[in-house]
Amino acid sequence: MNYLFYISSIVAIAATVMVITRHQPVHALLYLVVSFLGVAMIFLSLGAPFVATLEIILYAGAIIVLFIFVVMMLNLGRESAIQEKQWMQPKTWIGPSILTVILLAELLLLIVMGGSTTIPQQTVDLKKIPLSLYGEYIIAVELTGFLLMAGIVGAAHIGRHKKKYLHRFLKQEEDAVHFSSKT
Amino acid sequence: MQSYSVLVVAAILFVLGLLGVLTRRNIIFILISVEIMLNAAGVAFVAAGARWGQPDGQVMFLFILAMAASEVSVGLALVMQVYHQHKTLDVSKLNNLKDDIET
Repeated sequence: MNYLFYISSIVAIAATVMVITRHQPVHALLYLVVSFLGVAMIFLSLGAPFVATLEIILYAGAIIVLFIFVVMMLNLGRESAIQEKQWMQPKTWIGPSILTVILLAELLLLIVMGGSTTIPQQTVDLKKIPLSLYGEYIIAVELTGFLLMAGIVGAAHIGRHKKKYLHRFLKQEEDAVHFSSKT
Repeated sequence: MQSYSVLVVAAILFVLGLLGVLTRRNIIFILISVEIMLNAAGVAFVAAGARWGQPDGQVMFLFILAMAASEVSVGLALVMQVYHQHKTLDVSKLNNLKDDIET
């Protein structure tokens, strides 16, 4: 089990190095998915399959999709399409492909060699996690609910597009300027 | 498996994210690097929880996950607003609050 951990941590570190050295955000996001998958494999080798699943679903699924949506919304126009065509050369996706193939080989190795011998036993009983989460950490769960509520309201408020004036006093001033220039 | 090696991996990932925050000037890359740093902190929490056999590490990872999700949603909304108002993602050009007076 040790060598699987070492391979996946090397994959994760290599992918993270590639993330922070890329020039285009889309390439960095490709490598970031690989980095999260490698970290999920580290969690699996630590005996925490629940956290590994959450890592894949939420980090590599939801947060990356959010980043990709924003990157796609910021690149508008025809020249960005030409740029996109130039970006998708084979040398851009062959790096993440090699790293994910290494992770796939690890996964196939786990499946082929049989579950109980290679997949480590859970070091923490899964039943203890929700008991602890809704027991002693119940206040933290409620505060997390507040945080998510503030996050969703803040994102909906900040992300509005029709915000043209920095402040309502500036809006009144600009209206007055328009009015005086008309008359 | 030694828990030291997991902590070393977490430290390397955290330092890489910190390096990204300090060196990149694109605001999207800064957000990505912050995500890497939060992820590395989660790795350290889960490693510590697995070392002592307590569920607290994974519970803390759940909280880190919720915090990262809300942080990145607000941050990306700010990125879009900055891009619509300034037409740039370079953080060194966003200096409206800077004084003009040369000191």
